[in-house]
Amino acid sequence: MSFLPYAVAVWLFVVGLWGVVTSRNLIHLVICLTVVQASTYIVLLGIGYRTGAAAPIFADIPTGTPTVDPVVQALTLTDVVVEATVVALLLALAVQAERRFGTLDPKEFGALRG
Amino acid sequence: MSRRVRLAIFGVGVAGLAALLVWGLAGLPDFGNYQGRYGRIVARSSVPQRKATDAVTVVTFDYRGFDTLGEEFILFISVIGVLALLRTHRDTEEGDDLEVEAIRRAPPPSESLALLGRVLAPLVLVLGIYIVAHGHLTPGGGFAGGVVLAAGLLVLYLTTGRIALRRIRPVETFEAVEAVGSFGFVLIGIGGLIAGAQFLHNFLPLGSSGLLTGGTIPLANVSVGLAVAGGVITVLSELLDQRLLRRAR
Repeated sequence: MSFLPYAVAVWLFVVGLWGVVTSRNLIHLVICLTVVQASTYIVLLGIGYRTGAAAPIFADIPTGTPTVDPVVQALTLTDVVVEATVVALLLALAVQAERRFGTLDPKEFGALRG
Repeated sequence: MSRRVRLAIFGVGVAGLAALLVWGLAGLPDFGNYQGRYGRIVARSSVPQRKATDAVTVVTFDYRGFDTLGEEFILFISVIGVLALLRTHRDTEEGDDLEVEAIRRAPPPSESLALLGRVLAPLVLVLGIYIVAHGHLTPGGGFAGGVVLAAGLLVLYLTTGRIALRRIRPVETFEAVEAVGSFGFVLIGIGGLIAGAQFLHNFLPLGSSGLLTGGTIPLANVSVGLAVAGGVITVLSELLDQRLLRRAR
């Protein structure tokens, strides 16, 4: 049972990648990429979890109470911000691609046809 | 290469990757039994050393402030990138005609929706200010609060029609807000140097209890809140207005 959170992370990573590879729409592709990235949040938060511990907010609990790890939570915050910026850039690129090729389907892009 | 062959190759690759991931993650500490040292040290020291009760914010804006500065600049650069990609038409004659055409063809905003927006937006904005101001005490902080602030203004956008495409562009104000917020963090860092310590040293008095504690942490929260709110509004208004431009093209 203790491996379950990590198994969920692996599953999200793989299923997100599957979506990226099979996607027929750039917006859908970007959302699939966020699913891949969501797996990294689960890994980070899963590592820092301690059974029965409180959240690392000492507004209403005394200092010294066992808490889950605050450092990995701060890392997750960074992760979320980076994801948001990547998604913004990719969506702007999708807008540009649609303007140039008239479609959002990666298969139809003339310049990328192999 | 046909789609089927490509998918087969991907299937083999992803199966290998999944196996490696499972193998790697199996070597991590058992779920629920993490014994990392740094987290415990931070959790014990954030209240005595910084008088701030949210250990996560203390890590983000003080102990690890330098990383957060880099993170803020990632946001800044990505906003610039989005604008460079989406504003290719700006400051050209056809671009101006296109914008006039887009504004002319924009559907008129519904009055009842606009009223609802004017009622909702102040409530969301107050919540955003609350989350930014209490970042060092309770969950939240500059990043989360900044997004809520942006959401409050986007409520106005969604109910009145458009932001980026206007004769007088309020979106330029938000670009300035983003820049001021990003630079504010640098100023806080330089303040540490002026106080005779290292860059981003927490140089302000820590206080004892209440809202004005944590030294530079609340200030850093405010500057990040401004940067995030400005950045999110700039990017989203530009992205959302693309549908008007597209119709006019």
